Amino acid sequence: MDLSTIDPVALFAGLVVAATPLLFAAIGELVVEKSGVLNLGVEGMMIIGAVCGFAAASNSGSPVVGFLAGAAGGAAISMIFAVLVLVFLSNQVATGLALTLFGLGLAALIGQPYTGIKPPDFEEVHVPVLSDLPVLGELFFQYDLVLYFGVAVVALVWLFLNRTRAGLVLRAVGENHDAAHSLGYPVVLIRFAAIGFGGACAGLGGAYLSLVRVPQWTEGMTAGAGWIALAIVVFATWKPWRVLLGAWLFGGVTILQLNLQASGFLSWLQSLGIPAQAQYLSMAPYLVTILVLVLISADRTRARLNAPACLGRAFTAAG
Amino acid sequence: MITLRDMVAASALALGLGTGAMAQDDPLKVGFIYVGPVGDFGWSYQHDQGRLAIEATYGDAVETTFVESVPEGADAERVLRQLAQAGNDLIFATSFGYMSQVINVAQQFPDVHFEHATGYQRAENVATYSSRFYEGRHVIGLIAGEMTESNVIGYIGSYPIPEVIRGINAAYLAAKSVNPDVEFRIVWTNTWFDPALEADAASTLIEQGADILMQHTDSTAPMTIAEEEEGVFAFGQASDMINFGPDAQLTAIIDEWTPYYIQRVQDVLDDNWETTDTWGGIDTGMVAFAGMSETIPEETREKAIAAAAAIEAGTLHPFTGPVNRQDGTPWLAEGEVADDGTLLGMNFYVEGIEGVIPQ
Repeated sequence: MDLSTIDPVALFAGLVVAATPLLFAAIGELVVEKSGVLNLGVEGMMIIGAVCGFAAASNSGSPVVGFLAGAAGGAAISMIFAVLVLVFLSNQVATGLALTLFGLGLAALIGQPYTGIKPPDFEEVHVPVLSDLPVLGELFFQYDLVLYFGVAVVALVWLFLNRTRAGLVLRAVGENHDAAHSLGYPVVLIRFAAIGFGGACAGLGGAYLSLVRVPQWTEGMTAGAGWIALAIVVFATWKPWRVLLGAWLFGGVTILQLNLQASGFLSWLQSLGIPAQAQYLSMAPYLVTILVLVLISADRTRARLNAPACLGRAFTAAG
Repeated sequence: MITLRDMVAASALALGLGTGAMAQDDPLKVGFIYVGPVGDFGWSYQHDQGRLAIEATYGDAVETTFVESVPEGADAERVLRQLAQAGNDLIFATSFGYMSQVINVAQQFPDVHFEHATGYQRAENVATYSSRFYEGRHVIGLIAGEMTESNVIGYIGSYPIPEVIRGINAAYLAAKSVNPDVEFRIVWTNTWFDPALEADAASTLIEQGADILMQHTDSTAPMTIAEEEEGVFAFGQASDMINFGPDAQLTAIIDEWTPYYIQRVQDVLDDNWETTDTWGGIDTGMVAFAGMSETIPEETREKAIAAAAAIEAGTLHPFTGPVNRQDGTPWLAEGEVADDGTLLGMNFYVEGIEGVIPQ
């Protein structure tokens, strides 16, 4: 065993980079769910964002254009979902699943000319003085702009939901769409906007994957990240800051277990007769998610504080 | 989500192809199932190259279909059954974890010929085939042992099955033979294909001092990460990954399935197909190499090429004694060569490798 090879600073850096795609997708989905819509198509929107972002970045040579295209792609495909569930009142769960299937297939098609290409480099930000601080600089001031933007989005979403009138209306729509409607709020329009925002965020998360974290385009490269984002929203009990915590935790265990494996720590524990497995660590956040789900169903009053009451229910103006 | 997508793909396949009875002049139908997307540019891609070669060779006499990204386990059984019902006469199942599913479905369709890659269970109508990838691992182990500056080789493993463990052992023994100070750091991903996780594993290994990476997973992500880091090199896995690491790739072990696939199709066409167990190495052309990088010192390159030639000629076996097991108990005596049975069931590290194989 050689734990000294684990560099805590590098570990933290790996963690926040791994968490960023999850963070974008989850914070977007949180807003969608707060408006009362359950969109299970996060995975599909992410991969569309990944391929659109990659294609735009390699064609234009600019990662910024890539991120914008990723967000636009995610938002565009989410509009298909929005029209189906809001206008044609289709089942949200089934439509969301279909969106994921469609997204994976469409992304593979769009991405065909882009396999084996290297995307343009995305420079890390160098803040004078701050980036040069010994440990702090490495910990907090050595990332790319999009990563900081992700944290900023969490803050803005929190501010929007809790400190603005528009955020209050969005939450009202999610809690009781009939009441919101009778007060004269445009329920369908608000949900369109929320779904579009969710799509753009998922698209950004996908683009981060294909432009920064991997960086390449490969079919099916999201490999389930969209589903983890959905779990994070539940884990976070629909609170923005907990989404940040959840994303770092879910991303963090992945990085941590890889580090523990590479350093030989797990093997050392096993040699002592402790049945340590990397899988236990990987499992932990999901167990917590299940626990949250159990708690929510056990204690309805507490759950009502956060889980939108109209989540997943179709809205008709007549009803 | 792969699950549902496959369900849709497989049912579409069944509907599209129908289950019409075979007439004499109908083309031979050949089905493939892949564990990853054909665009992985690794394992599944390479099998699909074999499928395309069948089409190119036999033209209208053969009709091929494939279902990609089929998870190992219960889903595979459904896809295999649908391929059989769709009238495929020859079905290639190209991942280790399809094993019991292939055997189950083969019992229900005694007239369909099944071919299972890297498995060990056979039946009347189930043949198995694999390559002696460990021969390739020996060659890249030599290169890695001579080239590493940090003496740390990073190894990204998928699942702790004999084939992967064998690869680790073969590479380690070869690296150790030219560099006594070499150390292997092994990370298990528990997946064949997850580019983001594979990229993270590669970054982690590099952070922990590895300057040469080997992988037994299917995506090109580790190669991309190696390319980004100055002074870090990697070996392509299953396919030539030079596009993803023009500076980083030292060489690649290429799985060449084409000759085998063409032969097996011919066997079915000739009504000559039999249950066989094929385990081809460098000598049969099933294990091949991508061009050696200019970065490799001349002397090392010659050594690697000579080793490959000796393995091909049968004068060198990568597992030649004396070799001890990890716990120090003797495995191979001086000059003794490992038998295929032990190699196929290999579930232990050789002496010198640190770490425990996950259970």
